[in-house]
Parts: sequence; C-alpha cells; structure tokens
Amino acid sequence: MDSRQFIQRDENCWEIQPKGAMRVPVIIYANNQLLEDMDQKVYEQITNVATLPGIVKAAYAMPDAHWGYGFPIGGVAAFDPDQDGVVSAGGVGFDISCGVRTLYTGLNMAELQPHKQALADALYRAIPAGVGSRGKIHLNHKTMHGMLTGGAQWAIEQGFGEEQDLERIEEHGCMAGAESRHVSPRARERQKDEMGTLGSGNHYLEVQRVAEIFNPMVAGIFGLRVNDVVISLHCGSRGLGHQIGSEFLKAMVMASAQHQIVLPDRELACAPLASPLGKQYLGAMRAAINCALANRQIITHLTRQAVATIFPGIHLGLLYDVSHNTCKLEQHTINGQKKLLFVHRKGATRAFGPNHPDLPAAFKDVGQPVLIGGSMGTSSYILCGTKGSEQRAFSSACHGAGRAMSRSKATKQWQGKALIEQLAIQGIIIRCPSMRGVAEEAPLAYKDVSAVVDIADQAGLARKVARLEPVICIKG
Amino acid sequence: MDDNLIKPLWEHFEHEADIGIRGIAPTLEQAFEQAAIAMTAVITDPAKVSDLKTINITCRATDTELLFVNWINELVYAMAVRGLLFNHYQVIINNGKLSATAFGEAINRLKHQPAVEIKGATFTELRVYQQTDKSWVAQCVIDV
Repeated sequence: MDSRQFIQRDENCWEIQPKGAMRVPVIIYANNQLLEDMDQKVYEQITNVATLPGIVKAAYAMPDAHWGYGFPIGGVAAFDPDQDGVVSAGGVGFDISCGVRTLYTGLNMAELQPHKQALADALYRAIPAGVGSRGKIHLNHKTMHGMLTGGAQWAIEQGFGEEQDLERIEEHGCMAGAESRHVSPRARERQKDEMGTLGSGNHYLEVQRVAEIFNPMVAGIFGLRVNDVVISLHCGSRGLGHQIGSEFLKAMVMASAQHQIVLPDRELACAPLASPLGKQYLGAMRAAINCALANRQIITHLTRQAVATIFPGIHLGLLYDVSHNTCKLEQHTINGQKKLLFVHRKGATRAFGPNHPDLPAAFKDVGQPVLIGGSMGTSSYILCGTKGSEQRAFSSACHGAGRAMSRSKATKQWQGKALIEQLAIQGIIIRCPSMRGVAEEAPLAYKDVSAVVDIADQAGLARKVARLEPVICIKG
Repeated sequence: MDDNLIKPLWEHFEHEADIGIRGIAPTLEQAFEQAAIAMTAVITDPAKVSDLKTINITCRATDTELLFVNWINELVYAMAVRGLLFNHYQVIINNGKLSATAFGEAINRLKHQPAVEIKGATFTELRVYQQTDKSWVAQCVIDV
C-alpha cells in the first residue's frame, strides 16, 4: 500500500479519517516498510469494516494484516449493541477460535537432545495430522452437546487433562453462551470423528527451545528460561467451525437486505446483534469456540501421553491458551464510559493488560501471555499484554507472520523433501504426511514474524517477553 | 466464436493467504465442473485420483453465484464426511437447481499426498459470468 494514503500519527500508527460511508476512522499499526508491503486489499477491507453499523471508535489492523475475506486477517473491530451493532461471520473467519497453546516440559535442550528423533516419532504417531486424519474419539449426540457447551472443561471431565489446566485457558476453558441447538447437523457430522486432530495448512505442533529472553522479570513470572523446552500447538475448531462459518456467511449474505444493511462487499456479511440470525450465530460461534478449546485440550492429552513414553514422569503444565479468530463480549472504556462491546478479532490475539479481572492470579501483575506462532522453521514469540493496549486496539495484538507468497508460488519455488533436508541441517526435525504440504508452508513463504512482533511491541500493543525456536515440527 | 472451439479448462488464481479456483468452459455447467477440478487440484494432483465411487449432489440458489458457492461447499462437505477425493464431475443446472454426479475414490494419504484440506468456499472474488467469446467463467477464493 502507498503510505501517502494515510495520516501518520506516530512512527507505527497510521490513520484514515472517515470518508464516504465510513462511520469511524481506520487505524493501522505498522512501520513504513510493513505498511508498504501490505496489499491494497487491506486498505479496501478495513475501510469497508469502518462502514458497518454500530462500530465503535475505529477499525483496527494489526502489523501482520493481510488480505482476508471481508475483514482483513489481522482486523479488530468492536460493535455496540446499543447502537444497532452487528456481528459478522467473516469478521470471525472460517476457523473459529483457531489459536495457540503453549505447554511447559520442564526439560532443557541438553536433556532433549539425545531423544529428539524418538520424541518426533512418538508425537507424529500420537497426534492425527493432515488431510483425511481421524481422531480416536467418536462423538454421539449426547457427547457432542457436552463438548459444544463445555469446551475444555468437558474434555477434562472425560479424562483429557487436569483441572488446573483450566485456569490457564481463556474463558477458563468454557465459553459461556454457547447454544448447541444452533449448530447444524452437518457441522456436527463434520466433527464427530475430528476431535483431537491438528488439521492441515498452517496448523502444527512444535517442540521449541526458548532462544532469547527480552524481559527477564515477565519471563520469570511466565516460567521461561533460555534453553527451556516448550511445546506449542496451533489449531482450531476443525470441520465444525468451518461448516458454521460457511453456513452463517451465506445466511448473513442472504439476509442483509432484510436487515437493511448495505454491504460494500458481500463477504462482509453481518447481522444485527439483536436479530434472531445474529443471536443464532453468536450461540453457534461460541459452541465452535468450545470445540476449539476441547480440541486443543485433547491434543494436549495426546501430547502428554506421547512425551511420557520418552520422558516418563514429566509433567506438561500450561503456560496459556489463546484464540485469535473470535467475537467476544467484553467491557471496554469509551470516552470515560464503561461499555459492553462485541469485539471481533480476525487473526488477532487478545492481549489483556495487568490487573484485568479475567486474568489468572499468576498473570495479574504483568498481563496475559500473548502467544504468536511462527511458521515451520521460523521463530515464535511470547509477549505480554500492556495497560495501554486497551486504548490502542481494544487489548489486541498480532497473531503471526501472515503469508508473503501464495501456495501455488511456494510449490513452484520449493520442494518438500529438499526443505526438510535443509531444516534438518539447522537442527529442525519436520514430520508431515505430505511433501507438497511442506513446500506450501515453506518458511520463506511467510513474512518475517520478527518484524511484525517488533512493531507490535513498539506500538505498545503487547511487550516482547521471549523468542522460541523450533526443534521438532509436526505439520498437518 | 463457435462453442466447440472453447476448450474447458481450470486454473488457480492468486490470493495472499489462500487460493482461487476458476473454471472456464463453453457452458455454465462445464465451468462449474472445471472449477471443481481446480478445487481437487488444491488438495492433490487430480490425475492421481481414480473414479471408483460416485456420489450425487443437489443444491439450489437464487442466483448463479450463490449456486456456485453452494456447489463447492457441497463438495467440501462430501469430501470431509465421506473421506473422498473427486477427479471429475457431471453437472446439470436447471432453473436454479444443480444436480451433479461426482466421481472419485477414498482418500489415500500415501497415494494422493494431500497438501491441505479445504475449509469452505468464500465470497471473495466470487464471479460467475459469460465472456464476450461466449465462454462461461465460475470462480471464487477457497479458504484452506
């Protein structure tokens, strides 16, 4: 994008003032380089978001923003139910509640090193990954309802984990307000054999080394030291979320005229929060959030079992679990007034600052862990929420690097087998059922996550705490 | 131009995060068929897929673009719940109703090396139209 289209507010903050049908300004957090590298579609999409009814304060784009569906990926927007606000299926995305969970292992690199290959094999055997993989759990009508309303709490009741895991998961592992009756038979059918599966594309499970600490005080509270080994997993609500996303997107497109909503782009389809369709979507979307939380909980259990075969007796506790495709009802202060708003984060991570009431006691003083996934072979980051982030972007930060190159270009440029060999030389073990899948996820097909994280830090959206490097990557 | 000179074909087009599928053919039905082959090609090489099984699909919509989204989403659903991949299709469209047969086989991870699963069809770059040479184009971006 041409930066001359913006008013530069400071080094990392760019504004588009309301024009045409825009109800609020647009704010993009980026440095000049990241902004110039963004597709012009980001400009179109985020200005379209600013036209939606009931939007509050501004439509925001994170430093990793890129061309999405209706909303840009990396888009944040809050809607006021008292001002005819809307909920948008495209503003949440197809992979509802896709997110990242990081587990401690209590191991350091020296302890892992002799067992790397064995651990890679054990994890690859234990965790169903890739197209056509099925989980070992089969849900019937009753257990499906339990999962959709209970999330990770349900999974733990079924024996997949420990009670203390819950305090380290957003929403305490269970999204309130889920209504399974609004989840269609098709969405259930797509999910009944998919619990505890990783999926494909950019979803992964990684064994990582803490390579660098930026903030020793916060890292101490997060329990991270250089050379510690952690395990992170990135996945979402699987077929159920995809089906709900597809069905409600279509329903919202078809109902927009009835709701008298003028859509600059059909993909921006939305429904008034007060409408029956809006309420049905919220109920189904929250059930999909529970599905994602249960899925990550079951994968955690499978991971614990696999790790125990190599390192008997070690305990894998949770650092935290974040979701980056959601719409959540949150209290925010607007012009000195506390308001309950529906905050959409499409490819953006919640980043509550210190003393937020929803944080576990351990993080009250430093803010929530913000888990930023890299791509295969590149660094991931752990940040913490800031006090100022609420005023900057409704307590939101980036979620990852974002693609720099399309899948088809990537497959023309790289071969899976050669990439795996190159990464092996760097000490990174890849396990993936598809060589073409590896090529499509080549590290250089993604933007530089370090640049994105640096700007999130400098813009005050979240503060850098630690950098993680991959050691083993199980790709879907 | 004579319809016979337009050779049905499929192609992918660029999207920053995902991928676009496009069918171009002498008839609307064939454009839908070709775009669906483009969808298979996102997952695997269609030439690697045999036609050992058939399934029937029907869907309706008020306009051809919505019908195209429905068609692709019906296939995404069938692939997901039946564990299938398809290599070709026969589509009939009549008064907003699509009736089709999809030909394929059960997914085999060793044989097909599937790269990525498809989440759903999007409305991004969704277009169904007839070109000046009378050929039909059906396209959209799919989320993977």
